Amino acid sequence: MANFAKPDVPRFAVEVYQNEFLPEGGREVNAIVTVTATGGGTLGGLPAHDGAAGAASAVALMVDCSGSMDHPSSKMRHARDATRTAVAALRDGTRFAVIAGTHVAREVYPGGGRLATADDRTREEAREAVLRLRAGGGTAIGSWLRLAEQLLTSEPAGVRHGILLTDGRNEHETPEELRAALDLCAGRFTCDARGVGTDWEVKEVTGIATSLLGSADIVADPAGLARDFRTMMESAMGKEVADVALRLWTPQGAEVTFVKQVAPSVSDLTGRRSAAGPRSGDYPTGSWGDESRDYHVCVRVPAADVGREMLAARVSLVVPQPDGGATPVAQGLVRAVWTDDTAVSTSLNPQVAHYTGQAELAQAIQDGLAARKAGDVDGATAKLGRAVQLAGASGHADTAKLLAKVVDVIDEANGTVRLKARVEDADEMTLDTRSTKTARLHQRPPAPRSGT
Amino acid sequence: MSRIPQLSACPSCEEPLEPADHFCGACGFDLSSVPEPPSGRPGAGPPDGPAPQGATGTPVAWPAAPPLPPSAAPGETSPLHRAEDLPGTDSAGAPLPGAPAEPPPPAGSAAPEGPAPAGTPAAPAPAAGQPWGAPPATGTRVPEARSGGAGPAAGQGDFALAEPGAVPAPPVPPAPPVPPVPEAPPAPPAGNGPPTLVDPAPAVPPAGEDAPADPREAVAASGGGGKSCVACRAGQVDVDGYCENCGHAQPRERDHMEEEIAGVAAVSDRGLRHHRNEDAYALAEAALPDGSPAVVAIVCDGVSSATRPDEASLAASRAASEALVASLGQGTHPQTAMHEAIVAAARAVDDLAEERPADAEAPRQNAPACTIVGAVAAGGLLVVGWIGDSRVYWVPADREGPVARLTEDDSWAAQMVAAGLMSEAEAYADSRAHAITGWLGADAYELDPHTASFKPDRPGVAVVCSDGLWNYAESAEEMAAALPADALTRPLHSAQVLVGHALDGGGHDNVTVAVVPFDVRPQEGS
Repeated sequence: MANFAKPDVPRFAVEVYQNEFLPEGGREVNAIVTVTATGGGTLGGLPAHDGAAGAASAVALMVDCSGSMDHPSSKMRHARDATRTAVAALRDGTRFAVIAGTHVAREVYPGGGRLATADDRTREEAREAVLRLRAGGGTAIGSWLRLAEQLLTSEPAGVRHGILLTDGRNEHETPEELRAALDLCAGRFTCDARGVGTDWEVKEVTGIATSLLGSADIVADPAGLARDFRTMMESAMGKEVADVALRLWTPQGAEVTFVKQVAPSVSDLTGRRSAAGPRSGDYPTGSWGDESRDYHVCVRVPAADVGREMLAARVSLVVPQPDGGATPVAQGLVRAVWTDDTAVSTSLNPQVAHYTGQAELAQAIQDGLAARKAGDVDGATAKLGRAVQLAGASGHADTAKLLAKVVDVIDEANGTVRLKARVEDADEMTLDTRSTKTARLHQRPPAPRSGT
Repeated sequence: MSRIPQLSACPSCEEPLEPADHFCGACGFDLSSVPEPPSGRPGAGPPDGPAPQGATGTPVAWPAAPPLPPSAAPGETSPLHRAEDLPGTDSAGAPLPGAPAEPPPPAGSAAPEGPAPAGTPAAPAPAAGQPWGAPPATGTRVPEARSGGAGPAAGQGDFALAEPGAVPAPPVPPAPPVPPVPEAPPAPPAGNGPPTLVDPAPAVPPAGEDAPADPREAVAASGGGGKSCVACRAGQVDVDGYCENCGHAQPRERDHMEEEIAGVAAVSDRGLRHHRNEDAYALAEAALPDGSPAVVAIVCDGVSSATRPDEASLAASRAASEALVASLGQGTHPQTAMHEAIVAAARAVDDLAEERPADAEAPRQNAPACTIVGAVAAGGLLVVGWIGDSRVYWVPADREGPVARLTEDDSWAAQMVAAGLMSEAEAYADSRAHAITGWLGADAYELDPHTASFKPDRPGVAVVCSDGLWNYAESAEEMAAALPADALTRPLHSAQVLVGHALDGGGHDNVTVAVVPFDVRPQEGS
């Protein structure tokens, strides 16, 4: 069989962590699936465009140029600097465009409904064009995304990626219009979204990133934009393969309760299944470079007799091939084994327990902040207290630090907290935006055996 | 299913315990002492058992077995011998500890069994129904420090498999034309005896070549795709062994295994409640240096609370069987050979842990582990060895002699009973009954193989089994009742019947049984 795999396409490995034992009558099977892509990243600084179909990456930069970007005026200046930094980080051969976003979308570079090929000349021209960006107008993010989609899909490309910067609410179109734009773009390109300042809506920015399988973050201080843009662009340049899907086979009679990405951040993929043959469905995971992600799969299988063993799910990665096909490249097995040994069936797999806790942590933060916003002091205190407890127990130091800016921690172990009377907007939005970031479970050394 | 002990409550004051406790939080009871064998066990048997035969040696040339009389007089047991008193060498060629200083008899000759020397006291008449002394269970190479307080002369001597009221020591069979074997002095300190190799030119053990192909491998090789699912009958079976439609695992080669060689048979079954068979067995045929045959049966039961118990039991059973075939062929005394085979099996299981040192996917699970029990029938001796709670039962073919269990479990229940803390009924009714206190595996407390030699005076079969069988026939009498009458001549059928007995009873665990016929041919016409 011909090997269509390009040498720079990463190899995928799938590992499954689970307690496969179910009690008599048990139906729910939980597993953490760790997907690791390795062997990519060999592009180095070489031109990506080697003539093969879709080899080049394409990137669209969407910069908010609404009137609010002038308040303070340093915000627009920092946005220009950040965009110029991102352009400078474009790898030779990458196809790219810069879009100015207001209540309409406007091509800044190269224009004419085309993409430019990154080289010394085009990068310099783009940087010049960005310098001329001025603030003025409204905000209609859906229109920016539609233009990016038009440009990015105007030609074959390997990895298609967007970087979107906004500082304000999506005021000049309805939420439905944004939703429709996201639905159009989903699966066409991936997109990272950044909110600068504190006047934007967390749900809007995280919603874009979730729909388009990218990252979301806050850049509270515009001075930090340039560094963040460089990091984002380097990450985008590191992607070697796009449109990778997690394929889940489940036996007849089984239901998929949920499929969530749980590391590096929580993202529910359950509703994004597309059918892929008998009893199989594909869940989009976007583009991959050298990286590792964890997924939590929960399946309800028909109960079977004690002593029976069943394959509850077969997890594989589906990578598009240059010939247009899609091949499962790695697979892991999720099993169900019924036992009457309750000591075995009641034990929690550490990975499953950890990520169940991380997902609860993200939810507790979001619920707690929503309650706080709604004036529900008791509800907010309870939820954020639980979040403090979970963050402490799982060793999630980053989130614990962010929580401590919103609540006074009295007793971490018991989750006793008091809401702070005054909380900086930036701190609250940072906590909200980053609530879905998870800590990975650190492998502990084997527990010492009792006895000698 | 065997489990590594995990006490849920203090044996002394019933205070609930945490898994990692070393001492009871309420009364301070030293929990680490619980798994240790109580004093006198297993050398101590039923206190009302008969006194085993004396410790003084009756020299018998190994391996030629002296013929036994067809019957024995009431009130006496047959002559018997301490395994240590039998000349032989271990597999390294060193003399057996305690081997009597005697010149090697001519190869192939049958040494006479001398009349019971003065130093061999005749056993008192056993009480009816209690014909058995405690199994000596003395490892021949590891001096056992157990004090035999519970039984008379516990830990000493072998036991004749004589029925109650059997005739006393037999008439001497006709002396073969060889020089009389000199009377052996009392067993010298271990290691001082000269080598007593019976046959200086050990025969090449033929068993390895003759052994039939492993049925497990044969089945594994024939397994393949394209089969339809046995569960839903709608889907095809994929390469992983699961149905592509309903996902059900398909029967595996180890789910049910049967084998019969050299008149020894074994059957192993997954049972009705477990998803895989973690038991394993090995059967082998060996040739002693004098050309006489020996048969080996090993049964291992994977510890299900450990990782890869199925691999552990398979590795242990194969290693033990191979070690026994090799050392028996070199003239090693079977009891020594059994001891060394268990050590070899332990090493094989330890090696499994080293293959994947920190099972990354399950860092908190235990190293692979299993129990082992084995029986060797060679030269008129029935030698058993074990670690854990798998057992050997003796059932005489005529059903007139006593039936007996030849092994003492390394288990929580057995220790509770032995320590006098619980009655047998109470102990085996406890949820901890099956927690084992000895096993093969990298995390075993210590390696303490138990071995014992028996000299049956009549034909019978040794039933070598995992607890998946004896849970449904715990007492020797129950086991005998479950065993078909023609077990001696139809061992495979008998093993099938015994497995069926366990499955009929519920089949809660994997069931494995080997039936080892032991045919003592009476001296025809003598």
